[in-house]
Amino acid sequence: MTVDVVEIDDALAQYDPVMGLEVHVELNTVSKMFCGCPTTFGAEPNTQTCPVCLGLPGALPVVNARAVESAIKIGLALNCEIAEWCRFARKNYFYPDMPKNFQTSQYDEPIAFNGWTEVVVDGETYRIEIERAHMEEDTGKSTHVGGATGRIHGASHSLVDYNRAGIPLIEIVTKTIEVPGEKAAAVARAYVSMLRDLLLALGVSDVRMDQGSLRCDANVSLKPSGSSTFGTRTETKNVNSFRSVERAVTYEITRQAAVLNSGGKVVQETRHWHEDTGITTSGREKSDAEDYRYFPEPDLVPVAPSREWVEEIRGTLPEAPSTRRARLQAEWGFTDLEMRDVVNGNALEPIVATVELGVTPAAAKKWWLGELARSANETGTELDALGVGPAEVAEVQKLVDEGALNDKLARQVFDGLLKGEGTPAEIIEARGLALVSDDSALIEAIDRAIAANPDVVEKVNSGKPAAAGALIGAVMKDMRGQADAAKVRELLNAKLGI
Amino acid sequence: MNDLIRKTAVELAELMSSGQASAVEITQAHLDRIEAVDGAVHAFLHVDSEGALAQAAAVDAQRAAGEHLGPLAGVPLALKDVLTQEGVPTTAGSKMLEGWKPPYDSTVVQRLKAAGVVILGKTNMDEFAMGSSTENSAYGTTHNPWDLTRIPGGSGGGSSAAIAAYEAPLAIGTDTGGSIRQPGAFTGTVGVKPTYGGTSRYGLIALASSLDTPGPCARTTLDAALLHEVIAGHDVMDSTSIEQPVPPVVEAARRADVAGLRVGVVKELGGEGYQPGVEARFHEAVELLTKLGAEVVEVSCPHFQYALPAYYLILPSEASSNLAKFDAMRYGLRVGDDGTNSAETVMSLTREAGFGAEVKRRIMLGTHALSSGYYDAYYGQAQKVRTLIARDFEKAYEQVDVLVSPATPTTAFAIGDRVNDPIAMYKNDLCTIPSNLAGNAAASFPCGLADEDGLPVGFHVMAPVLRDDLCYQVGGALEAALADQWGGVLMTKAPELEVTR
Repeated sequence: MTVDVVEIDDALAQYDPVMGLEVHVELNTVSKMFCGCPTTFGAEPNTQTCPVCLGLPGALPVVNARAVESAIKIGLALNCEIAEWCRFARKNYFYPDMPKNFQTSQYDEPIAFNGWTEVVVDGETYRIEIERAHMEEDTGKSTHVGGATGRIHGASHSLVDYNRAGIPLIEIVTKTIEVPGEKAAAVARAYVSMLRDLLLALGVSDVRMDQGSLRCDANVSLKPSGSSTFGTRTETKNVNSFRSVERAVTYEITRQAAVLNSGGKVVQETRHWHEDTGITTSGREKSDAEDYRYFPEPDLVPVAPSREWVEEIRGTLPEAPSTRRARLQAEWGFTDLEMRDVVNGNALEPIVATVELGVTPAAAKKWWLGELARSANETGTELDALGVGPAEVAEVQKLVDEGALNDKLARQVFDGLLKGEGTPAEIIEARGLALVSDDSALIEAIDRAIAANPDVVEKVNSGKPAAAGALIGAVMKDMRGQADAAKVRELLNAKLGI
Repeated sequence: MNDLIRKTAVELAELMSSGQASAVEITQAHLDRIEAVDGAVHAFLHVDSEGALAQAAAVDAQRAAGEHLGPLAGVPLALKDVLTQEGVPTTAGSKMLEGWKPPYDSTVVQRLKAAGVVILGKTNMDEFAMGSSTENSAYGTTHNPWDLTRIPGGSGGGSSAAIAAYEAPLAIGTDTGGSIRQPGAFTGTVGVKPTYGGTSRYGLIALASSLDTPGPCARTTLDAALLHEVIAGHDVMDSTSIEQPVPPVVEAARRADVAGLRVGVVKELGGEGYQPGVEARFHEAVELLTKLGAEVVEVSCPHFQYALPAYYLILPSEASSNLAKFDAMRYGLRVGDDGTNSAETVMSLTREAGFGAEVKRRIMLGTHALSSGYYDAYYGQAQKVRTLIARDFEKAYEQVDVLVSPATPTTAFAIGDRVNDPIAMYKNDLCTIPSNLAGNAAASFPCGLADEDGLPVGFHVMAPVLRDDLCYQVGGALEAALADQWGGVLMTKAPELEVTR
């Protein structure tokens, strides 16, 4: 299926995009939302289940207090009000991997509501209003077998794994986000990225987008430039990387613009995002009248967090990421521009972790925004998915500080690390990268350089010590870069009597 | 040997502790009785002879080893088929669950087992507890031991009939709108609906979560109280379970004293539509209480007239959601799974074949009542009525300690009489429903036989939340006074069942 799109600039010239983002976060509680089953990711299918999360006849849910605590933490961190009294509701709909055929969720009485947060894009701060953050349970996971696409159509049968059923989720819903159109997609990405940082800082989730513990649904609609009438929205489901959030929003803007330009109507529906092709395709049609028959969950007593508890939790909150950023910038002595590059490059956390391991902020920034960010860009992965972490960076930098590597060699070590060739030590060994620190080998090379460049020696001797640089270059070339330049200069100077 | 089946639980416990009978003998006597009469009564859906005898033998061994045993250790019990028992078929009276063996014990069953109570088997009930006659069971109607042409009440007709037919001295029922008390009344036995949350719902196949309450059925007030004590108390597996000590029900049943107790007769529960014989026995019982020193006043609960419609919106709404899980995907019946049908079609075919007419009717009602645009008018309104009814109770309890009424407007009706008139059927729960909506304690005690048909009449006692003991106090007093008149409990007046074996 091909869908016409227009160029993004053309789309934005005619329409103002309006967004709403719904982010589902799987909490990292030890047990599930309503039962004591473990939540370990990747366990054998259906080994982490019980009568409760399987929805067996007679089984009853009991709320996980730790999940409530995490929900309150998230709500507070997003500047939300925390409900004094809230309830769960049943959202009734059929889905083969949903054991009870209703999802226990929160409806009109969420635990957290009316919040706000900020994101920074290209140095501009954008305020995002938070509608609500509510608690719910995850569903099981279906695998469709026997077809070519892995989708249900064409499959011969489906397998259901209920290990994920009942894992606590927090759904964070923004109010309508209206930012300058050209910033929309970047703001969406920055928001999800900011949330990830925040959730990580709160310690409430592993926020692994690749494992589905952070999933974003992006609602996008267009209104003609200058108009105040909202258009029909689509909801692109389960976008699973920051980059994809940006791409999916951009794609929907260009697609909807094309539909509207051709005189068509945007259909209110859910859409699937395709990572490989970078497009969305139609899912199920979703009208406002979709009837979940919500009603208060009679199996659960209301949740009424005491104000004392809420304040106690507030007292445990880590520094807000924006405050923390300002503090780190000051501590590190980075310029605004440098800090923006760090944040936009999603390198803040890796740099913090690297600095904690004893590396200077400047050196940490150099590696994370240099070698590593470049590699991430080229391969379309996230920094934290490269397989090179703060520990490796610190190890390499330590070798540089000790004089065992120079920057050039260090870059080769990173190349080896990114290619999975082993530890830095193994890579240095295998690739023969260690700096030559043996003076005799250096002196021999210096002698060779002096012998080969009598004209340069002549210049130095005639009162132009700067000319010695050429000799250093010759020595380094001779040593194939594996020499400490400072050491070479020291030895050369001694030799030439400068 | 045969007289073992006529004993109360208390008497059986005494026989065991004095070494005059073993749990195995007692269990076997009841299994024999079941075999002899259940062909005619059909109280049981599944008899677990092997399991029961094994449990009984274990109790005998414990007793022989000098272990400390609970007061009901070794006493047999019939379990309503809506509570899960690990490895024992549990169907909730529905084809949907035919042959399903739960992998876990309900909390009630765990507590029964821990107390050494011997579970004989699973008793018949209206499908998913929807009904007032046990005619809606997918496995056939249960017959009232007092008159086999009559219904035993519902939905727990099997449990009450089992104790009335001397197949078991004790039974467990569940009461959503009267399903313990109404069959109790119709079979001349004691049926108690504990305070909502006073007994755990974990493992109770839900009909309406906010109303369902497991409770005891017995032939005497004390037996019921002893069973109540075994199954009640906080359960961490049930969020709605109350974290308060169990009311002193056994002590109350033993004390059986109403002197100085303020008793309120609910004005709205009586009069037109009530069978004269029922009203006569009820008023005599009230007079008896007065003679015993109770202070009787008439009390008005004006919103009780809306209880029935509110109940018949809340119940189907919750039920429609609770029953959604029966989709043929994971357990129970599966129809049409021949490889050509989609999951949705298999689900439809299964539900069509697996659910009975009453279940379908209530699912449709509930789905409609919850649907957008109707929620406020139906479910929302019904919840408001519920609040008003709870307030009626609160106001009444400012004046009196307990409220009383007939348990049912009529005595047991004939099989087939009301099957085609759901509204007439629903009206049978007029007196019992308000207590479920308010969540407070209530019980039905035998108070005589109606003149016109010679069938048992139930005396209904309602008490505030967690004052279940008051119900037993009144029931015990009434039972003692009537025993003086009758020379024993009412059950002794029941006709002998013809033994078919």
